[in-house]
Amino acid sequence: MSQLMKAIKDFKKNFELTLLALPSIIFIFIFCYIPLYGLVLPFKNYNYRDGFFRSPWAGFENFKFLVNSDAIIRITRNTVVMNALFIVFGTVISLILALLLFELARKYIKLYQTMLFIPFFVSWVVAAYAFRAFLDMENGFINRMLEFFGKEPIMWYSEPQYWPYILVLISIWKGAGYGAIIYYTGLMGADSEFYEASRIDGATRLQQTWYISLPLLKPLISILVILSIGKIFYGDFGLFYNVTLDSSQLYSTTDVIDTYVYRALKSLGDISMAATAGFYQSIVGFVLVLASNWVVKKVNPDNSLF
Amino acid sequence: MKANNLIPHIVLLSIAIACLLPFLLIISSSLMYEKDIILQGYTFIPKKITLLAYEVILKDPQQLINSYIVTIIVTIVGTIVGLWLTATIAYVLTRNDYKYKNKLTFYVFFTMLFNGGLIPSYILISRWLNMKDTIFALIVPYLVIAWYVLLMKGFFQSLPKGLVESAKIDGASEFKIFVQIVLPISKPALATVGLFLVLQYWNDWWLSMLFIDKESLFSLQFLLIRVMRNLEFLNTEMARQYLNIDRLNIPTLSARMAMSVLAAGPMLFIFPFFQKYFVKGLTLGSIKG
Repeated sequence: MSQLMKAIKDFKKNFELTLLALPSIIFIFIFCYIPLYGLVLPFKNYNYRDGFFRSPWAGFENFKFLVNSDAIIRITRNTVVMNALFIVFGTVISLILALLLFELARKYIKLYQTMLFIPFFVSWVVAAYAFRAFLDMENGFINRMLEFFGKEPIMWYSEPQYWPYILVLISIWKGAGYGAIIYYTGLMGADSEFYEASRIDGATRLQQTWYISLPLLKPLISILVILSIGKIFYGDFGLFYNVTLDSSQLYSTTDVIDTYVYRALKSLGDISMAATAGFYQSIVGFVLVLASNWVVKKVNPDNSLF
Repeated sequence: MKANNLIPHIVLLSIAIACLLPFLLIISSSLMYEKDIILQGYTFIPKKITLLAYEVILKDPQQLINSYIVTIIVTIVGTIVGLWLTATIAYVLTRNDYKYKNKLTFYVFFTMLFNGGLIPSYILISRWLNMKDTIFALIVPYLVIAWYVLLMKGFFQSLPKGLVESAKIDGASEFKIFVQIVLPISKPALATVGLFLVLQYWNDWWLSMLFIDKESLFSLQFLLIRVMRNLEFLNTEMARQYLNIDRLNIPTLSARMAMSVLAAGPMLFIFPFFQKYFVKGLTLGSIKG
């Protein structure tokens, strides 16, 4: 009884703060917790007429279908491999840019930083326009250049083999400036004494970069890389859908889990299949986030999420 | 400038310019005559420059204006409501004397680790809440995002604790303390998270793709998707009738580019002015998920 009294007393004492946060609490419950019912969806044969509750059960049929389809290997491979390439090349280019910025006086940095950062503000839709002007099969800048030099034009939007390179390039275009700024800020926090001492010892700029700057950034690099590995199962939908113009001829290299789920929902109307692929993504994604957080905790406990 | 700084300058300048080339190509293509595009392709240096594509679109800009209004309403309402919801819960999470602090923190951050995926949210919003083809579908899903709560929480944690305590001793209510003391000294935090919300709402096409079929609710970005797909809304038919242009010169390819300039251009000029806040938010947020 006294426990109940204490609970009520606690509740009263914290009532005002609870009330302040209550709209957000309710909101998160509706939009983040209620959708967890969806974990049941892959086990149902969902149809719009019967809705969630009255649609018949399907057992593991949906999973069997997904595993036996060609799609599962394709979308898993594309999601993981492309994200891995983005992580590797994105990190390297961002680091190079940050180290170059660090070589310059402050007054120049602002300008470069702004120019490199602008793609960050652009939506993938506008990016799709820009890259279509380059890659358009009839009027695109690149094909006209190829023709000019007497080469055969390339049907960019129907030849999947080029897209891993194109997508890596575009993802660097959009994200490297942002990465560079994070690493540059990391370098700014470095102790200038290291650099002065090494200068007295006659170290060159390149040696300073290699022996001081990079080791200083190592913790930041490892944290950011590990965190992005935790998200490797989630494709950037806008990049893979808008920039490729959702061209079905490119699916062998550009179809990722996210685009597959979207298409199953909107084009095919196959809710069960979409939900099954989504379930697969949620579960594996969850395991990867937990694993990456576990590693972050080992590396640097301050940076772990929990 | 030291001589050995030349290499970084050259490399950075060329990369920075390369970053801007896609924008230049859109702009120059939007200024081309249709027959020059057929002849030259999209190019950085058009033979002749014309504003015809813009004239044609602005002849009947109703859909464009309408999409601007939709996007502006969504951005303003979403940012204000989102900021309030984010700030309140983030603030409560920083109060060490709040009994349920740990439980509530877990409640918020669990959503970053695990989610039900697209389909259940889609069914919830379109079927259960009946928000399909309403403006709410464009606002509601982004109102509370755990990453922003985390970011805001980081800011609030750096506020001096004594302020709140002394106000409490004076007998002020929690609501009053939050509104009259905490919020006014947290303007940089509100600006940072607010700008992220503005960027998110302004650039969004995802929610429109999922939930919107009605033309009156097309956001700017979604309008651009539609124009990209099938050249609708470009007034090309009208151009033929009223502007008396022969068939070969009706701007469609250039009008498509002009549409993207008109729809995306203005904000692209504004965002870089607030770069400082974005950088601050990103550097704070990057190492935390």
